[in-house]
Amino acid sequence: MVKRTLDEKLAILADAAKYDASCASSGGERRNSSDGKGLGSSGGSGICHAYAPDGRCISLLKILMTNFCVFDCAYCVNRVSSRVERARFTVEEVVHLTVEFYRRNYIEGLFLSSGIIRSPDDTMADMVRIARTLREQEHFRGYIHLKTIPDAAPELIEEAGKWADRLSINVELPTEEALGALAPEKSAQTIRRAMADVRVRREASKDKSHRGTKAARFAPAGQSTQMIVGADGASDGMILANASQLYSSYKLGRVYYSAFSPIPDSSAALPLIRPPLMREHRLYQADWLMRFYGFDPAEIAPKTGMLDLEVDPKLAWAIAHRALFPVDVNRAPREMLLRVPGFGTRSVQRILDARRHRTLRYEDLLKIGCVLRHAQPFITLPGWSPRALPDAEHLRARFAPPPEQMSLF
Amino acid sequence: MRRVQLPRIGTVAAWRREARNLAAEGVPPEAILWHVGDQSADLFMASPPGPTGTATTLTLPRDAVASIEKALCHSDPERFARAYGLVLRLSRRDLRWGDRSDPALYRLLAQEKAVRRDIHKMHAFVRFREISPPDAPRRAFAAWFEPDHPIVEAATPFFAKRFGDMDWVIATPTLTARFEDGTLSYHETQNRTPPPDDATEALWRTYFAHIFNPARLMVSAMTSEMPRKYWKNLPEADLIPDMIRTAPARARAMQDAAPTLPLDHIARLRLDRPALPETDGLTFGTLKPALDACRRCPIGYCATQAVAGEGPAGARLMIVGEQPGDAEDLSGRPFVGPAGQVFDRCTAAAGLDRRAAYVTNAVKHFKYESRGKVRLHQRPNGHEVAHCRWWLTQEIDLVKPTLIVAMGSTAALALTGSDAGITTRRGKIEEGADGIPILITYHPSYILRLRQGDEAAAAKAQLTDDLRLAVGYLARLA
Repeated sequence: MVKRTLDEKLAILADAAKYDASCASSGGERRNSSDGKGLGSSGGSGICHAYAPDGRCISLLKILMTNFCVFDCAYCVNRVSSRVERARFTVEEVVHLTVEFYRRNYIEGLFLSSGIIRSPDDTMADMVRIARTLREQEHFRGYIHLKTIPDAAPELIEEAGKWADRLSINVELPTEEALGALAPEKSAQTIRRAMADVRVRREASKDKSHRGTKAARFAPAGQSTQMIVGADGASDGMILANASQLYSSYKLGRVYYSAFSPIPDSSAALPLIRPPLMREHRLYQADWLMRFYGFDPAEIAPKTGMLDLEVDPKLAWAIAHRALFPVDVNRAPREMLLRVPGFGTRSVQRILDARRHRTLRYEDLLKIGCVLRHAQPFITLPGWSPRALPDAEHLRARFAPPPEQMSLF
Repeated sequence: MRRVQLPRIGTVAAWRREARNLAAEGVPPEAILWHVGDQSADLFMASPPGPTGTATTLTLPRDAVASIEKALCHSDPERFARAYGLVLRLSRRDLRWGDRSDPALYRLLAQEKAVRRDIHKMHAFVRFREISPPDAPRRAFAAWFEPDHPIVEAATPFFAKRFGDMDWVIATPTLTARFEDGTLSYHETQNRTPPPDDATEALWRTYFAHIFNPARLMVSAMTSEMPRKYWKNLPEADLIPDMIRTAPARARAMQDAAPTLPLDHIARLRLDRPALPETDGLTFGTLKPALDACRRCPIGYCATQAVAGEGPAGARLMIVGEQPGDAEDLSGRPFVGPAGQVFDRCTAAAGLDRRAAYVTNAVKHFKYESRGKVRLHQRPNGHEVAHCRWWLTQEIDLVKPTLIVAMGSTAALALTGSDAGITTRRGKIEEGADGIPILITYHPSYILRLRQGDEAAAAKAQLTDDLRLAVGYLARLA
């Protein structure tokens, strides 16, 4: 076989990596290179250095170490039975690309994932070697995100956490049954246990000994995971319930939802569909409601239920709970203000701050940054009264896109 | 009219100085004309100093200072006068910082936001090109960037922290930032030619073209975050129109292509699917994997793993708790969390060696309810206890204990079939289903739940007494 150039390898291995949604580079340890002895900085909010026409941000150099893989996951472009072109980076090539891209301010760091070659331990060891070379040889202080292989040996995970800012393990599919059917080599048990292991190690790394010596660092930016949406029959309620379990059990920073997207060379086990992008968007909105707005997954979508694709989940909840509205903006507690459509966490904080000094009027909400088009039917305060709330159908019709005549052809 | 000249480099710091002096003199905002850069004399140059009002010492909340300094990097020529008026009112307590109903403050905060965004975009979209001279000790890079606002001084310290080991120049239409040997300096821009080509840009363009998924075309999401005005200085941006144009056809082609059959040789590459563990003829070694796979009741789907008992094979004493908790679920070992610590203290006080006993739970998976970032323990129901009773029986058959201590009502239910009040039953030995004597006592987490110190101490003493009873019982039989 003709030896591939770096450019060809980059093309193949970027193509193989694009189905991972995560590109976060925020949080974690504050580092910089103002001492002149290293390269890079991290901590604080992440930066998206470019956007592709799919609307996704490009913050990290997201590549696979190799797209050779012995697993046969039906949804994956790199499964063993796929006929895609294969390539493999050497350690030096990944290090070179990361450092040269970083120096030109193209990226915040590296997100390295890999197909499983030979054995999980071999693969993980190679990935750890890349992270170690970047840190020790290149004095790279930017962001590193390693995709962890669930079955890898504990020493390798330990070392991965030492060099990387974030570790992630994908749960892939929302239910154990779907994982068993579509990803025969993967086990939900092993994945959950690996996430538990990361949580335990992270908590241990934050402890101080009785003398005050700090434990070794371990993935300071936490762990995250990804779930594919639309490849199996799981309902939104199941997906959200599962996500909330993952957040509470393993203290995940994020759960990413990735709409199942057509891949080149599909498997007969899983017919291609148009990616359910709106569903993915609604799931992210629901996820935010769970994490920042005090919603319970069961409130947003019942176990077997789906999210309303036409109106956002907060609005849908408010329409279904009309009896709790209108809310008096000058008196309602924080928890209730957070449930008003059109009020974000920041505007709620501003309302609470301003309320301490004077009574708010309707005009003030505009300045505060509330989306009043959504909030109007649900609030009352001097200068605004919603009068009687219309019934659910009419209320929903105000926000949902107008019905469309079905095409006759 | 008073005319204040601010330099083009160090504008914000100069404004701060001037504002402090003017406030101390008591010059009202309407009597000042602010200017940036060296401008020739104008109409008001000769006019005498205007009226002076009351002198004000400037004292501001800390976040106000940061916001005002950011807002002063806006391109609006009115910004200096507005900020001066605001700091006077804030210092005199005529205005509350953060009150957005005030039009001037609202405007300033809006401009601060615009400047922050502009700085953020500069951090994101500056593209360096290498200009290292041969055999230089430090590598050198240069970039050309066009921000909307005069933000060079506010935005470039970021690059100094990030690229500490290389020299770089960022030129903008007004100012140029230069970082050489660890020192950052600012100059008026002289050279407006963009830096020369860089071979690495070809690799970056390859990456940009290939990380794009044509099946999820969302152009507006891209342009809202990467507006077209930035494109001309981005090496990857000229690929975008073609990527958008061909995307629908590429996505359709993927969907239309029939699924391919796997190649013959891949059967050899594939890993064997792990076999399900056997549940017949369990041993201590196969107990844990078999338990992990158990889905007789729904608890197992949510837990990390099953927690099997721990202890020597021939233990004479078996201690049964309720179910694993958060810590046990993560580590896979019984009684290691807060309740486990209470348990350890009680066994130590009772003179019982925990390692000599077989310690397990009536239910093997953790049943919980997610509440934000924590998991709240949920009591297993009768069905779940009944399903898990099968596993407990397996463990009893393997260990063959002389005495079993049941801690709490769930363990008592599993072992005796009755979950009647523990308070009346504790400290007594009952006959178990298999004829093995069962000693009933409190669960250690009951002690954790008791709020009052006395009650908790009493319950703890009772639990210790009961464990001591178990030790005595076994000693008498031995």
